[in-house]
Amino acid sequence: MIDPRLHIISKRLGGIKRIIAVSGSKGGIGKSTVASALALCMAKNGCRTGLLDLDLSGPSTHVILGAEGLYPKEDKGLVPPEIHGIKYMSIIYFSGNNPSPLRGQDISNIIIELLTITIWGQLDVLILDMPPGISDSILDIIRLIKRMEFLVVTTPSKIAIDVMKKELRILVELNIPVIGILENMRTKEFSALPDKISDLSIPLLGSINLDESIEDAMGNADKLIKTVFFGQLEKLFIEQIKDSRYA
Amino acid sequence: MHEWALAESVICTISDEINKNNLSRISRVTLKIGELQQIDIEIFRFAIDTVLESYELAVDKASIVLETEPCTLKCNTCESEWSFKEHMRKMQEDDAEAIHFIPEIAHTYIRCPSCGSPDFNIRKGRGVWIESIEGEV
Repeated sequence: MIDPRLHIISKRLGGIKRIIAVSGSKGGIGKSTVASALALCMAKNGCRTGLLDLDLSGPSTHVILGAEGLYPKEDKGLVPPEIHGIKYMSIIYFSGNNPSPLRGQDISNIIIELLTITIWGQLDVLILDMPPGISDSILDIIRLIKRMEFLVVTTPSKIAIDVMKKELRILVELNIPVIGILENMRTKEFSALPDKISDLSIPLLGSINLDESIEDAMGNADKLIKTVFFGQLEKLFIEQIKDSRYA
Repeated sequence: MHEWALAESVICTISDEINKNNLSRISRVTLKIGELQQIDIEIFRFAIDTVLESYELAVDKASIVLETEPCTLKCNTCESEWSFKEHMRKMQEDDAEAIHFIPEIAHTYIRCPSCGSPDFNIRKGRGVWIESIEGEV
């Protein structure tokens, strides 16, 4: 028996220059907010951008972006609708606001199906909002999407850093390119993270301060773009954005 | 029209298998179409034939055979088994369409008819797969 879907995925992703997986092993570290804001940032700066929410057990980028009333267009597959200049794909088009109790094999199948039927076309960058943890779904995504670069998000929390380091060790072992580590929700003036990751050969891209105004910007991309959080993220990623645009 | 995306995956696989095994002739390709995905067989057949032409493979359309397979679901909680057909009759059109695109979305809209659990396995008849590709070197 052959699963034909596995043979078309590289072609479906063939028109995309860069694929950036926004990852972070702990839940609640702002990974989906970073993924959504990074996609907004890329689109705002002239990159043809896609965002694929692969956190299938807890999709949330639609809440952050205020994506309501959207549905993909059928044209020899599913063409993602655009929101704020981003081609946006999520399981919520199919599950709505209902819970989807899924086992590992079901999650793997959904990821494969989404990668098979989504017609992205030409993109400068596709941002993936990854599920938390180092689960079979992460391993599937690594197996299926060959040209991925990881952006690993953490908070200053000892727990988050400890779990992140385990993820990074696996990524290094698998020879997966890692753009760097992003410290989110920093509360102190000086970051302790450089000392804590000195044993890893992964660059620290920078830190973003805890921004309490972010909650008010959820669901409103125009407000999100005006937050301190977004400004700091844009500053940190301006070179990455240029690389993506001119790659 | 999402059938086209799946049809292309099938033809792409046949092409890969021809190249991998240096096949000079394909005698039969057997496709299984699981009932859960509610594939429109006429559209899928047309898409298979059309995509096959665009790939310019030395494969006769008639050698690609489509067989449908009923879908069976089994509850992980009470071990009851039931057929998707039983649910299909009472499903909302939008819910059925969501399952058409992503069969695992069945877990969102279907519950075990015996105990109400959403925790069940799709035992067979999920979607499209290739049962066999027969050919000569």
